[in-house]
Amino acid sequence: MHPAVVSRILGLFLMLFSITLLVPIVVSVAYTEDTAEAFFLAFAITFSLGMLMWLPFSRIDAELRTRDGFIITVLFWLALGLTGTLPLLLVDSLALSFSDALFESVSGITTTGGTVISGLDDLPRSILYYRQQLHFLGGIGIVVIAVAIMPMLGIGGMQLYRTEMVGPSKETKMTPRIAETAKALFLIYVILNAACTLAYWAAGMTFFDALTHSFSTVATGGFANYDSSIGQFDNNLIYAICIIFMVLSSISFGLHYYAWMRGTVFHYWRNPEAKAFLLILSGCSVVVCGYLFFARVYGIEQSVVHGIFQLVSITTTTGFATANFSAWPSFLPFFLLVMSFFGGCVGSTTGGVKMGRMLIMYKQVMRETARLVHPSGVFSMKVRNWAVPTRVTDAVWAFFGVYLAVYYLIVLLLLAAGMDFVTAWSATAASLNNLGPGLGDVAAHFGDLNAFSKWVLVAAMILGRLEIFTVLVLFSPMFWRR
Amino acid sequence: MKITIVGAGQVGGTLAEHMAGEANDITVVDIDGNRLQELQDRLDIRTVLGMGCHPDVLLRAGMEDADMIVAVTSSDEINMLACQVAYSLFRTPTKIARVRAQSYANPRFRDKLFTAEHIPVDVLITPEQVVTDYIRRLLEQPGSLQVLDFANGIMQLVAVRAYNGGPLVGKQLRSLKEHLPKVDTRVAAIFRHDRSIVPKGDTVIEAGDEVFFIAARDNIRTVLGELRQQELPYRRLIIAGGGNVGFRLAQALEHDYNVKIIEFTRTRCEFLAEHLDRATVLNGSATDQELLREENIDKTDLFLALTNDDEVNIMASLLAKRLGCRKVLTLIQNPVYADLMQAGEIDIAVSPQQATASLLLTHVRKSGAVNVHSLRRGAAEALEIIVHGDAKSSKVVGRKIEDIVSPPGATLAALERNGKVVIAHRDTVIESGDHVIVFVVDKRRVKDIERLFQVGFSFF
Repeated sequence: MHPAVVSRILGLFLMLFSITLLVPIVVSVAYTEDTAEAFFLAFAITFSLGMLMWLPFSRIDAELRTRDGFIITVLFWLALGLTGTLPLLLVDSLALSFSDALFESVSGITTTGGTVISGLDDLPRSILYYRQQLHFLGGIGIVVIAVAIMPMLGIGGMQLYRTEMVGPSKETKMTPRIAETAKALFLIYVILNAACTLAYWAAGMTFFDALTHSFSTVATGGFANYDSSIGQFDNNLIYAICIIFMVLSSISFGLHYYAWMRGTVFHYWRNPEAKAFLLILSGCSVVVCGYLFFARVYGIEQSVVHGIFQLVSITTTTGFATANFSAWPSFLPFFLLVMSFFGGCVGSTTGGVKMGRMLIMYKQVMRETARLVHPSGVFSMKVRNWAVPTRVTDAVWAFFGVYLAVYYLIVLLLLAAGMDFVTAWSATAASLNNLGPGLGDVAAHFGDLNAFSKWVLVAAMILGRLEIFTVLVLFSPMFWRR
Repeated sequence: MKITIVGAGQVGGTLAEHMAGEANDITVVDIDGNRLQELQDRLDIRTVLGMGCHPDVLLRAGMEDADMIVAVTSSDEINMLACQVAYSLFRTPTKIARVRAQSYANPRFRDKLFTAEHIPVDVLITPEQVVTDYIRRLLEQPGSLQVLDFANGIMQLVAVRAYNGGPLVGKQLRSLKEHLPKVDTRVAAIFRHDRSIVPKGDTVIEAGDEVFFIAARDNIRTVLGELRQQELPYRRLIIAGGGNVGFRLAQALEHDYNVKIIEFTRTRCEFLAEHLDRATVLNGSATDQELLREENIDKTDLFLALTNDDEVNIMASLLAKRLGCRKVLTLIQNPVYADLMQAGEIDIAVSPQQATASLLLTHVRKSGAVNVHSLRRGAAEALEIIVHGDAKSSKVVGRKIEDIVSPPGATLAALERNGKVVIAHRDTVIESGDHVIVFVVDKRRVKDIERLFQVGFSFF
């Protein structure tokens, strides 16, 4: 461990982050709002903080080790989550407490999308923009970490994605060096955002709405500029665009990169994870739409539109809403929240356990049943002609076990804080899976919770985003032993 | 013909044995002196001790005037190099190499790779693949003992044992036409107590006869039904032995059949499990009664014993049969065992060398034969010959079958003309360009057949 190096890198991150705070100032000036001063102050504080951490160690150059990767990853989210609160605290008209500001900031940076603010329609545009920009930054951070860093650390069986697994061939290791990989991912991410913005704009949003909503769509975040979320636009074309981009953002960016380089799309279907994801989405759409129609919630058209949108929005852990799904017959809200555990594919911006791990666990279950039928049988677990080593299945099961344990721990803490069961259960799912909206008291926003619950949920969001083990490893004595 | 065989292993040895009897000059090259001695004691061949791809060794083996090199060592690379050396230094006309690795044989690469400029190999043979294809054809025609493709597979020659209960059994061959008015077929030969009978219209088929008949591929099943009770198609298979043959076969069949494969060594099992999609891989001994029972051997349609060990194959097959398996197929290398087991408890005996040797015979025959199949352990042969010449230069073109003086024991069974199957009848007229399928019950008569189809000198 090199505290100096960690401080240097973190300082650099903070200075970079502070520069992004200049954009809301431009927005503020453009719409003649009175928030420019607050943003500038936040910029100054963050920048100097970064400088303070960077300057003394700027000349120190030491080799980073795998262990430092854990610390930097965790500190990166903590630091951004904390400094991200500054603009929210400094804008007087918001009048947010520190817990609220932290919740909002972490929810943005982890692309969760749960909010504590109500009355979004009347907020200054610079604030709205800033929230969405947090999604944008969080999204790219996740993709880079998920594709470049996590496989290196091997969290929850992610080493699987280091090599053969991601795509159709060896080339999906993308480019050899992390820096090159990160650049390639950034490019894909920006292209997706640009395409999404243009599509929204063409479909009838204002440019401001199109840009900001594309940030939260591609990051599978879920912040919207309106209290009624995407439902505000009441436009099927916009819903359709939103669905397409949510699905795209839930598929591994490694596959997108391959598509970009090779000009092909067939590899999506050949990738077992993407295939499983698309199949599950289509299968469940039929269930949701059918249930909505036969339970007479909506007519046929509305059932299809809201059914598919809500399913995709929640499975991809985005959390946009076109309808108040918490008021649907109780089978559906619970079904949808369970789907958010699946999440999207590994290497995307989604949260949850992720389809790749679910796939491995499913295959493991099939193998166990086969073993019972044929006691002398030898079975190998294959994902696309590639045998999965036991090391990976172990890690995946451990991850799943810890995920469930943490889940119930958080539910218990929330129950202790006085929440009712449905609210606690759904708020935990919404935070740990980085989804956003829950059921019961948190169906619309999280503003009415007490401060303790908010802190617990903030922890849940960070744990979920960092795949638990990244954080857990910092608490193991072995990690700190020299 | 002067032939050099590099590699005196199972395939090389059998090959030498097959070809030495046909007035060929055979030289066998190997690095194992004992093995060479063993062969030399048994066969009329020359042997050379040394590395088969070294130029000086090949020179000593008389490559300078050899017509053919057959490289069948256990190493693909040595085989290819031997062909390369033979071509570069001695300009050997025909070069045959055994290549097992599927990567070399991949059609994507092989056409570019195996050319005179690059790796000069004329024919690639993969014994494992030959055996796999052979067994596969058998599975497609349940009830048959041997199935041979002719004319690119549009017609097949099938060997079958006649059983009581087949409508034709006990009747004259003539009545075949009345039984099957729509199906054209021809019985090419009948073997009764290992003696051949030349089929005529009044020949009566008896139970226990081994009947060879030829027909278009689609008609095979109907004809089979005349000679024995109709068999249900195979569905559930157990393969014993996960070696190269077992693995390739499982790979080829796993999507169409319910395949289980038993393999003894643990590591090989893991390899199999990794490379097979649907087949169930079982770790254990093929002769383990408990294992076979547990895997429902009594409900299995076909048990295939394909290990490297003849004795294990035979014992496992007998056990499977005893435990109630419908049919058993056994891979037997040793020709003595094969004679012993065929027609006994074991339903189908397959000799891997036989299948490979057939393939090579095609290239040894001079008369434009495109396909030669060695039958009944080399005693009989079926040839597919292209007819050349015209009515003046050829002894067969423009003549009716009944007018052609064919050597005794040879039957002109069928022809392929412009992609169509023509079953030979007395009045069928042979044309130039036909592919004629000739069945020869005695291999010694093959020379006469070659002479018959040769184009003579014609004077204008």
